[in-house]
Amino acid sequence: MSTKSKSINLKTDINQDERLKKVSKLKLLLNRPELGALGGAILVFIFFGIVAGDTGMFSAYGMLNFLDVSANLGIIAIAAAMLMIGGEFDLSIGSMIGFAGICIAIPAIYWGWPLWMSIVFAFSMAVLVGYFNGILVVKTGLPSFIVTLAMLFILRGATLALTRLITGRTQVPGLRVLIENDPVAWIFATDTFKWLFTWLGSMKLIALRTDGTPLATGIPPSVIWFIFLAIVTTWILMKTRYGNWIFASGGDKIGANNVGVPVGRVKISLFIGTAVAATIFATIQVLDAGSADTMRGTLKELEAIAAAVVGGCLLTGGYGSAIGAAFGAIIFGTVSMGIFYTDVDTDWFKVFLGAMMLIAVIFNNYIRRKVTESK
Amino acid sequence: MSDYLVQFNNISKFFGKVIALKDVTMKLRKGEIMCLLGDNGAGKSTLIKTLAGVHKPDEGEIIVEDKKIIFDSPKDALDIGIATVYQDLALVSLMSVTRNFFMGREPMKGPPFFKTFDIEKANKIAAERMGQIGIDVRDPSQAVGTMSGGERQCLAISRAIYFGAKVLILDEPTSALGVHQASVVLKYIVKAASQGLAVILITHNVHHAYPVGNSFTVLNRGKSLGTYEKKDITREKLLSMMAGGEELNKLEVELEEMNRLSSQ
Repeated sequence: MSTKSKSINLKTDINQDERLKKVSKLKLLLNRPELGALGGAILVFIFFGIVAGDTGMFSAYGMLNFLDVSANLGIIAIAAAMLMIGGEFDLSIGSMIGFAGICIAIPAIYWGWPLWMSIVFAFSMAVLVGYFNGILVVKTGLPSFIVTLAMLFILRGATLALTRLITGRTQVPGLRVLIENDPVAWIFATDTFKWLFTWLGSMKLIALRTDGTPLATGIPPSVIWFIFLAIVTTWILMKTRYGNWIFASGGDKIGANNVGVPVGRVKISLFIGTAVAATIFATIQVLDAGSADTMRGTLKELEAIAAAVVGGCLLTGGYGSAIGAAFGAIIFGTVSMGIFYTDVDTDWFKVFLGAMMLIAVIFNNYIRRKVTESK
Repeated sequence: MSDYLVQFNNISKFFGKVIALKDVTMKLRKGEIMCLLGDNGAGKSTLIKTLAGVHKPDEGEIIVEDKKIIFDSPKDALDIGIATVYQDLALVSLMSVTRNFFMGREPMKGPPFFKTFDIEKANKIAAERMGQIGIDVRDPSQAVGTMSGGERQCLAISRAIYFGAKVLILDEPTSALGVHQASVVLKYIVKAASQGLAVILITHNVHHAYPVGNSFTVLNRGKSLGTYEKKDITREKLLSMMAGGEELNKLEVELEEMNRLSSQ
């Protein structure tokens, strides 16, 4: 989608008044917030291509591995980016993941609900939590950082306490058997393009198990969700009225209000967005693992924000892109998995994560100055 | 049928015991620029907010095109065609010219339920409108932050006109601008008025107001010191009517005295 909008920009340039200076393609590209993350992702691939090119990292199986990790992070990073563009933070994403997990597992295992009903229940709870976060921030005018930090503790604590109260432990296993024949679960638990992998396997193009089936069986659902969300959110930001309102609400909420943008409603909807994204993340992981863990998603909110920042979002709001956050997630996912294929100790991953974020913030700050500077 | 587009008759506004405005009357014809002059604290802001529908007047009436109007909110004022451009301009500097121009009122295209923001049309209109003022937007998708203060002011005014303003209230449009930028904005205001708008220009700068105004209302401590046609009043008289004007005159005399003494 972003390439499409770029080409449209270029077209209007050409059609413009001949008095006006033409803007070079390069400068237009430099104005895009996701540029840094795109460049970073390319660098990361080049790096691992050189360092780990012959280790199996770039086999079908290896690639699906790091794409799966990237996609999982990407799902929440995209929602976090949308909210950041709207001028707010959500630190409760990680806790919401844990909470959504048990909202699926406990009704399904202990109360005998059908799995689809538990999934619908979890998403309803997400809408409630997101709405509550949003209305609290909008009505009190308090910084969302504080409000959602409180929600981080409340949700994680409630997840632990309720799970122990109902089940007597902190993990709820036994979901795997319920997935089959469920009318909803397949949306979060089906590998796609299996035929392609079977065919590639039969052509001996990808690695096979000893029984002759391919090692990589299909595209995991996280990747499909990730691509779907990246496209939809980019389309929303670039092409819809609501997208314009998101930028406006984050850029200057008083100004936006004065010209009739429903800033409160926009922000609340974005908080619902992050909670729902956390629930998509949780559903995919819970169904994949077959169990819900109360600690699932710990610290994920910070990784999501980091990916959004690397993707070009400003911490002050009003600027950024969803596709940038997607690239940010790909960088983190690729490095976190890729590091296993190198001789580097995996302990260094967090160092990389921090350094990457620091560079991104400095770069973004520079870009913002460029963009807002008067002639 | 009077020939006034909008009349504010005997407007008073009280905040508790404080009399913020008392019996202020202003009448505007189409194509007229009325300058509202006053020093800081004269009640200009309260008057603007009352005209813009933010405050309800405690006394007096607002008559638009011979109909008595009561505003309940700024939106009511806007719907009737009274648009206010505040000092903060309601522009987002990180967003493009086009996205700012249509912020909150985006043109849409496509079938129901799948309507999208018609960026191409919006770009075209924004570039066209800015071009009419003579502002060189190299690219309507450039950020407003890259524009000069005067250009931003013009963008905000141009946006208000595009969305149907009949009466334009401008709050200190030139106060933050240099001489050249201010003259660009003033020129645009005159042009807008010549197209049939009534403009209320609020300022404390007589030198900006005098060349463009058709009439002048001076506000002092919440009361109108009267409205004067341009032919009936000089720049110097206006200056001295504003609170502080006399003090400035006194200062001028003193400084001349000092100069005279030191040159001796």
